[in-house]
Amino acid sequence: MSVPYLSKALGSLTSNTLKLLAGLGLILAVACGSEAPAAPASAPQGSAAPAAAAVESAPAAEEPETIKVGILHSLSGTMSISETAVHDAELLAIDEINAAGGVMGKQLEVVIEDGASDWPTFAEKARKLLQEDQVAVVFGGWTSASRKAMLPVFEANDGLLFYPVQYEGLETSPNIFYTGATTNQQIVPAVEYLLNEGKTKFYLLGSDYVFPRTSNLIINKQLEAAGLEAVGEEYTPLGHTEYSTVISKIRAADPDIVFNTLNGDSNVAFFKQLRDAGISAEDLPTISVSVAEEEITGIGADNITDHLVAWNYFQTTDTPENAKFVQAFQAKYGENRVTDDPIEAGYFGVYLWKAAVEKAGSTDVAAVKEAAKGITFAAPGGMVTIHNENQHVSKTVRIGKVRGDGQIDEIWNSGAPVSPDPYLDSYEWASGLRELAQ
Amino acid sequence: MISRLSIPNAVKGLPVPGWLGDVASVWLAPALVLAALMAAPLLLSDFRVALLGKFLTFAILAVSLNLIWGYAGMLSLGHGVFFGLGGYAMAMFLKLESAGGKLPDFMFWSGLTELPFFWAPFQYAWFAIPMTFVVPAALAGGLGYLVFRSRITGVYFALITQALALIVSILFIGQQPYTGGTNGITNYTTIFGYAINSPTTQTVLYYATLATLALTYLLCAWLIASRFGRLLVAMRDDENRVRFSGYNPAALKTIVFALSAGIAGVAGALFTPQVGIISPTMMGIVPSIEIAIWVAVGGRGVLLGAIVGAILVNGAKSGLSESFPAIWQYFLGLLFIGAVLVFPSGIMGLLRVEGWRRPEWLSADRLPRFAARVLPGVKR
Repeated sequence: MSVPYLSKALGSLTSNTLKLLAGLGLILAVACGSEAPAAPASAPQGSAAPAAAAVESAPAAEEPETIKVGILHSLSGTMSISETAVHDAELLAIDEINAAGGVMGKQLEVVIEDGASDWPTFAEKARKLLQEDQVAVVFGGWTSASRKAMLPVFEANDGLLFYPVQYEGLETSPNIFYTGATTNQQIVPAVEYLLNEGKTKFYLLGSDYVFPRTSNLIINKQLEAAGLEAVGEEYTPLGHTEYSTVISKIRAADPDIVFNTLNGDSNVAFFKQLRDAGISAEDLPTISVSVAEEEITGIGADNITDHLVAWNYFQTTDTPENAKFVQAFQAKYGENRVTDDPIEAGYFGVYLWKAAVEKAGSTDVAAVKEAAKGITFAAPGGMVTIHNENQHVSKTVRIGKVRGDGQIDEIWNSGAPVSPDPYLDSYEWASGLRELAQ
Repeated sequence: MISRLSIPNAVKGLPVPGWLGDVASVWLAPALVLAALMAAPLLLSDFRVALLGKFLTFAILAVSLNLIWGYAGMLSLGHGVFFGLGGYAMAMFLKLESAGGKLPDFMFWSGLTELPFFWAPFQYAWFAIPMTFVVPAALAGGLGYLVFRSRITGVYFALITQALALIVSILFIGQQPYTGGTNGITNYTTIFGYAINSPTTQTVLYYATLATLALTYLLCAWLIASRFGRLLVAMRDDENRVRFSGYNPAALKTIVFALSAGIAGVAGALFTPQVGIISPTMMGIVPSIEIAIWVAVGGRGVLLGAIVGAILVNGAKSGLSESFPAIWQYFLGLLFIGAVLVFPSGIMGLLRVEGWRRPEWLSADRLPRFAARVLPGVKR
């Protein structure tokens, strides 16, 4: 770059300082002003919603009334890699609903906020969506930490949150609908399955935070009831990537199965190093509860082939609804995109809310909650039903084996949807959990 | 660097000449800001007031960093830790009050069956509230004494404080039974018996934060105007001279570092009940660096600058992320780059009479040299 040119460019900068200052002032006005511009509703223009026979092309002539809904996921930061896909699925559902005429004849207007992988930011943005935008419902969250941060905000402002990810249970907020699995729809049946398969020596490996810790508390109780004891229990910090020591410890303990509750990047390092150590799924099988199709893409399918995973939905799940869903998702976002359990739970959560609103005839939170009891929906992963009291959903439990192409083959399912039991009241060995947790 | 030794110079803010300018900058400009902040709850929605209340806690934090960085020349990249420690002390009090004599929920998840001994005294406000100042001040005092006694200064001090941020955040994430781990501590219901989320409580907290900010400002202004403050500035500009004059820089630095950390802790204590959560993300390296950015944007070495910087940058952060949720970070990045290149002495520097001058490196003869320094492709 020639210097004279630069000199000319920089010479104009001083006058720009004034503009910059004015810009700063403007930003402050936006931030502290009464009305921040809402993000525009997800544009219906490129939406590839199938079978949208009668797209309501209501012109601005009569100003149709809309219903505001919020989406709050991490679009930046460490969690964005997982959460963006759920955000995409929720937008897909909203586009489909809008293309088919909206909810009670009203179009949905989306307000998108970025939780930025930061828990206090989730609390701030949740408050903004409820108090400033007055959205009827928020779809959002991934980590338990983000849910715990948003929970008091939703309870204090009497809002409605649809939370789409499997979690550790022991929670029933009156303002949250949990569309992911609770422990008795994922972890507990997975342990039961393994016990039936004759596995007796369990090694528990997890990231060091609330979900793995609570899960392992429950697994330990369950093993104890079966007269067993875990042969090892190990936690690594979130983001940990050095697993050779852990792998040596696992080797020394010689387990039948590693129950893996690692989260995020750590899975990539663990499975890769396991394979590098020459340990195949045949020598030492693992079962993971936080590794789905999306994560397998990151891990590399050949590093995790033949290992087990437990979920409620796989991209390969064979239902007509799923064929339609996968096709619509890939048409909108690209052929190489995969779907997985949290993506599906985010997607059908929007439809469950729509059904509840239409049954209630209003978006009033109390009315929607009352109407939501027992509502069913044919989701891509099978029929789901909202529980009458705990606001979780019944879902079919599925255990699968990872294929060489990164897809998952189902090897077992619960046959019918399992009713949610977040406090594990129906299990004798778990007695006392509810008292302690409340 | 221009030394600003006396208080009128130190807070000189407005392009007005002579004594009038001094009066205006020392009292009028802060008074105007204070009046605007006092009126804010009457004009803004509950949500915006809560947001502004959070920014005010950041403003207190920025003032505390400005005290040691702007005046004493010690850049701490670990101030998030002191903020977090104050926030956690307050969170422990709030959590125990909300738990109503039972074990806090996260302890149960982590397998604890009874309250750890060091948690017990935090159920009393008379213990917890002073601790929000004492704990961070003690940590900073201890660390500062060791560091300053060894005559560690400048960038090495910044690196040590940054390491502190990393260590403490890892420690808090790892000790889930005692700290709530990654989740942090959240879900408080009451504060001194009042519902914590009610608009009235939040308004009271807002004014309490504003009062604390005003007091912090006055304390720092008084300190800087005093002999102690002159010594700080002298140390910043030439530490050896201060030492040869018979003063002990290590002791002076330790005291001001501990004081600054204590103020940061109080800011954290006000943050927790207003935001409703404290988590290790507040103590990591990134937020600690952000604090330095607020001060740099506002104007280092000008008390009001830190306040203006903290409120503007955080306002921009919230405003931009609401308007452009997918790409807001690019705007913020551009803003910071612009701040460094265009007004290196911060917003308050621009307001000073001489601040309107073209920056030195923009003058015709120095520009090529500057360009050679920042652009690797250009030959010297």
